[in-house]
Amino acid sequence: MKLLRHRLVWAVAALVTLIVVNTISRPTFLSITLQDGELYGSLIDILRNSAPLMLVALGMTVVIATRGIDLSVGAIMAVSGAVALTVIEASPTPDNLGVVLVAIAVAALVSLVLGAWNGLLVAVLGIQPIIATLVLMLAGRGIALLITGGFITTINSEPYQFISQGYVLGLPFAFLVSIAAIVVVALIERRTALGMLTEAVGINPEASRLAGVRSRGIVWGAYIASGLLAGIAGILYSSNIMAADANAAGLYIELDAILAVVLGGTSLAGGKFSLAGTVVGVFTIQTLKSTITFLGVPPAVSPVFLAAVVVIVVLVQSPRTRSALARLTRRRTPAGGARIDPEAAS
Amino acid sequence: MTLPMDTDVPSSPTDRGAVAVAMRDITVRFPGVLALDGVDLTLHAGEVHALMGENGAGKSTLIKALTGEQRIDAGTITVDGRVRELRGTSDAQEAGIATVYQEVNLCANLSVGENLMLGGEPRRRGAIDWRELHRRAGEHLRGLGVEIDTRSRLSGHSIAVQQLVAISRAIMQEASVLVLDEPTSSLDRSEVERLFAVVRELRDRGVAVLFVTHFLDQVYEISDRITVLRNGALVGDYPVDELPRPELVARMIGRDLDELEALSDSSARVIDRSGAPVIRARGLARRGALEAVDVDVFDGEIVGLAGLLGSGRTELARLLAGADHPDRGHLEKRGTPVRLGTPRHAIAQRIVFSSEDRRAEGVVPDLSVAENIVLGVQARRGWMRPIAAAERDELVARSIAELGIRPADPNALVRNLSGGNQQKVLLARWLATAPELLILDEPTRGIDVGAKADIQRKVAELARAGLAVVFISSELDEVLRLAQRIAVMRDHRKIGELDAREVGLDAVVEMIAQEDPAPSPEPATSAPRSRT
Repeated sequence: MKLLRHRLVWAVAALVTLIVVNTISRPTFLSITLQDGELYGSLIDILRNSAPLMLVALGMTVVIATRGIDLSVGAIMAVSGAVALTVIEASPTPDNLGVVLVAIAVAALVSLVLGAWNGLLVAVLGIQPIIATLVLMLAGRGIALLITGGFITTINSEPYQFISQGYVLGLPFAFLVSIAAIVVVALIERRTALGMLTEAVGINPEASRLAGVRSRGIVWGAYIASGLLAGIAGILYSSNIMAADANAAGLYIELDAILAVVLGGTSLAGGKFSLAGTVVGVFTIQTLKSTITFLGVPPAVSPVFLAAVVVIVVLVQSPRTRSALARLTRRRTPAGGARIDPEAAS
Repeated sequence: MTLPMDTDVPSSPTDRGAVAVAMRDITVRFPGVLALDGVDLTLHAGEVHALMGENGAGKSTLIKALTGEQRIDAGTITVDGRVRELRGTSDAQEAGIATVYQEVNLCANLSVGENLMLGGEPRRRGAIDWRELHRRAGEHLRGLGVEIDTRSRLSGHSIAVQQLVAISRAIMQEASVLVLDEPTSSLDRSEVERLFAVVRELRDRGVAVLFVTHFLDQVYEISDRITVLRNGALVGDYPVDELPRPELVARMIGRDLDELEALSDSSARVIDRSGAPVIRARGLARRGALEAVDVDVFDGEIVGLAGLLGSGRTELARLLAGADHPDRGHLEKRGTPVRLGTPRHAIAQRIVFSSEDRRAEGVVPDLSVAENIVLGVQARRGWMRPIAAAERDELVARSIAELGIRPADPNALVRNLSGGNQQKVLLARWLATAPELLILDEPTRGIDVGAKADIQRKVAELARAGLAVVFISSELDEVLRLAQRIAVMRDHRKIGELDAREVGLDAVVEMIAQEDPAPSPEPATSAPRSRT
């Protein structure tokens, strides 16, 4: 009973349900095969493909905790991919590891600067987050096109391709990148006092200011982190298709990321946040997408299917539905059954 | 001056109109607080009735009970002879009770006429008859002596005119009772005159007007009767000419001596003022909030700031604590000039400030007791140097024990604590930063008697141990008992300083209530942050 009250229980339940549905409809879903020391299978694909969304959603979680939102993550992904590929394309030796590392570093730096720009608008100039990041959401893809000269830059670079296709210790490298990001973000937020101060600023900004918290720096830092993580996501994405597609890279990923954060139990009103919840939320969304593809839902109606599942999950999570359900089940078990106070049950 | 504490019975209504509203034994409970305790209020037709009391006295709760916004736990409300159960604002409107708030609740982007007739537009063949609408609206406004173009946008008018429109709208709905909740707090003198002309017109038409304000001058200018509330209880209902100003003030702030006799030695303590003061303010001022103030606070001294709400006491506290920027003046900390740009700078100088608005500017409700307590210390250390778990647990456990925080659970969410315990958590937060100057703005407002006594005792004890304290409270008794020196504030100025050992309550009350020799056009249009 206590377990049922845990914040994450419904998010995990949704994920498990999806996995069960998949396993029933295709028994091979859970099977993982080892081939040349590399793991293959549907689950492994989900882990690998979820990496960009994972990075973006982690950043989004921290931004949302400060009462903000970052709509520009998809556009930053596009810019980051464009920068990385342009650097590699301009090099005479695109297969050189050093060139690829420089490309990654430059792309990450540019993303960080874009995140800092968002943070400047929100934390220093006091512009509403949704408007402030909308600026870059709209302008970002234009910037990406400017960088690639209006074309879709394509490259051939083995080290760069390794980022999305390579394996380390039998696991996809992209998955390891997302694991590393989870660990780093969790350590920074929860091993230092940053997480608590971020929540304090998100819950009550004025009280935090009077308590001497550097709220400006904390909010700014959240947008910088979000920008940087989106930039790395952009590198993963462009490595996957080996092209810098300014229009398609990270399209609508901000919406998936917000969804993952909410599924994970973090309120859009800011304050308390759950990184573990976001991780579960990301896997849920990615599994759902893979399910849609597998079940053969026509692409044209797949958004409807996605929306329907999301509505169900969100409804199940809402306290109001849960207390209504509790009342319903109690009516079915008349006298004799444990009587629960309706107030306490909610 | 003697101040009888018994509840005065209203004098027999010989020349008064019929009873328009009779509220009897109104009781409202909030979690942990009795907001209203058996309060009576009687409004007669054709009178202006002022409702007075300091913050937390229960004025707004009583008004909300009358306008249907607050369900009452006990008592009856009779309007025009019929007992009413007011479940919402629409019930109140139907009963003929109209309310005009400090903030105008109209549609600023519509025209004056549209606002007046909203919901009751004249129609012709299904469409709104605009000509008729504006004709009726204009006629109605002229009836109240207001000449404005009904086709102009409401937002283009001053707050005063908007308020007049709101009143007109209220009256159009055939209201027999008009509640004015601090309507004048953002108006200048001439606008107040205009508003009062309309109020008098309505009174003469037989409307019962309930008027809530913080401005004593206005009460004496327009009211016929005064009802005074304190701490959720009725103090009395008086004809205005039987209640001189000092008596009104004394009744508002009260002087009930509770179980705190033990503290009386706090104010008698002798303070060594030979060294440099912990804080010295010279000419500290901020436009629209505070006129140049000088103040010193020495080690081990409690300086009380006395004055009514809006007198500048909170504004002074905020300037001393870096919560607001002063325009002029300078501060010295132990003889060294300091600039306090932000609360962060002040905390670095070991000056801490506990705001009067516990909920909005104090606690972080969704964080735990432990997190709320360490917040100040952690902010000082920066995010990269978290307090070690052992150190933190020790600090939290000690704070909970010393201040008697209930529940004594470090992981309880602060939102679930009572007001008094939230206040103790805040006190613990500030004490954990090892302050040299503690500024407390209304630390005991709206909390139960036990917690109040705990906090007063703690403050006295801290000062005895050498801490410098600035103490603000609407309850003068509390200030007199704790402080050794009292700075009296009025109209955003410090009007004097009193030695608490030499004066009694009467002297302080008299000073606060003193009429200005030359009444300045108050309140200034650049009104300070309104705090209700």
